[in-house]
Amino acid sequence: MTLDTNLTHIASADEWKKILEENENVMICCGRMGPMCIPVYGIMEELEDEYKHVKFADMLFDLPDAAVIRNAPEAKGFMGLPFTMYYKNGKVVKATSSIQSMEQVRAILDEQFGKPQN
Amino acid sequence: MTQSNHYDAIVIGAGPAGLTAGIYLSRAKLNTLILNHGTVGGQLVLTHEIANYPGVEPTSGYKLASTMKKQAQSFGAVIKTISQIPQISVDGSLKVVKVGDTSYTASALILTPGGTPRMLGVKGELDFKGQGISYCATCDGEFFTGKEIIVVGGGNSALEEAVSLSKYASKVTIVHQFDHFQAFPAYVEEAKANPKINFIMETLVEEFVGDGKLERVLLHDKKTGERKWFNTEGAFIFIGYQPNTEFLKGLIDLNERDEIVVDADMQTSVAGIFAAGDSIAKRYRQVTTAVGEATIAALAAANHVFELKRTEKVTA
Ligand SMILES: Cc1cc2nc3c(=O)[nH]c(=O)nc-3n(C[C@H](O)[C@H](O)[C@H](O)COP(=O)(O)OP(=O)(O)OC[C@H]3O[C@@H](n4cnc5c(N)ncnc54)[C@H](O)[C@@H]3O)c2cc1C
Repeated sequence: MTLDTNLTHIASADEWKKILEENENVMICCGRMGPMCIPVYGIMEELEDEYKHVKFADMLFDLPDAAVIRNAPEAKGFMGLPFTMYYKNGKVVKATSSIQSMEQVRAILDEQFGKPQN
Repeated sequence: MTQSNHYDAIVIGAGPAGLTAGIYLSRAKLNTLILNHGTVGGQLVLTHEIANYPGVEPTSGYKLASTMKKQAQSFGAVIKTISQIPQISVDGSLKVVKVGDTSYTASALILTPGGTPRMLGVKGELDFKGQGISYCATCDGEFFTGKEIIVVGGGNSALEEAVSLSKYASKVTIVHQFDHFQAFPAYVEEAKANPKINFIMETLVEEFVGDGKLERVLLHDKKTGERKWFNTEGAFIFIGYQPNTEFLKGLIDLNERDEIVVDADMQTSVAGIFAAGDSIAKRYRQVTTAVGEATIAALAAANHVFELKRTEKVTA
């Protein structure tokens, strides 16, 4: 099962691992189709064309394999969907929980992965 | 300013109202720009299932918004995502919209900025968002299984969500600023009959504290003036929506609730500036009302633009 968005979907822990291995900069939003998560997917869809150096993907929170994100030490204490993870070279560099604004997402992307070169 | 930055009409906001205005304006062959801050589709994308949009089988708000977006673009409307809040001014019959260093001009403007959930705006609220503070019971309720939580608010959503949260939480305390609820009596009765729900009335939440995650809230009893700490691991805030009209102050007339005041043609206090949707002064906020008002606003704006073009030709 996957989410109803236009982003790349991650359907298993193996796919998650492959995406992290194949991409230097990765942002994964792990949630459901709810009011706190959808705006974050929307922001990612808007930014995907601009931040070509970042791989954007989503993962359904309720998949058993989403434990790779749910149980990550960086998400310990999170009590709000979605759990959004930012990875550089396979390592978590930032994690946020609950709804985020376009400004907040941009600020993290710029800080962790650098501004897009146009 | 370059020539390409002039449009017949500019729409601010791409929720159902803005997209509808975009569909009508571009279909009338008016050169139309939609500037949106946030997710295209607005609050519609937050609606898990929309079952009351006539002529459409129950569908996800996300899908309906995607269709509206494609429809507006198929007629030629240009949708631009902006990260800054636009600044608007009026220069004769021209409306000037400045976004960062770029200025756009248009003969008509349609404002559809909608609304956003109201935040309490107290110390610690932002720090614990997602780590104890939530604005969505269906999203985050399960994280509070077996825990004691508070629900802040006294309207329909606060009481309805308190009942739904009682399925997870061991105890729910509703904290409300007045001595009575604004919710429908049926919601109040249901909450009062629920043994897991307690009430603290005439009390304000003043601060959230904790170490990494929420642990306590500071409550201020309005009757006695007393302040005391209340231990809780979760706070759900449902205190209504506020119109996104801060950036319009001083430009057009807003009422005491900061809603945009419009006439029957959806025109604001400034000629050539129209408004529609959740940000206008009205009673019922629905997708169908937003698209209906946007239709009127777009037709009136198109008329305004054609009239300006006609008079310009006559005087030329
Ligand atoms: C959880 C939920 C469920 C709902 N369920 C239903 C339902 O089942 N049926 C129904 O009919 N209605 C429902 N509604 C209400 C409905 O979604 C709203 O009435 C409708 O979306 C209002 O449309 P709008 O275009 O006026 O505003 P919005 O949908 O709020 O869109 C406004 C847009 O403008 C953007 N914006 C804001 N400020 C600016 C700015 N300064 N510059 C540029 N852009 C800006 C916003 O980011 C947003 O994209 C629901 C609402 C919510 C929150």
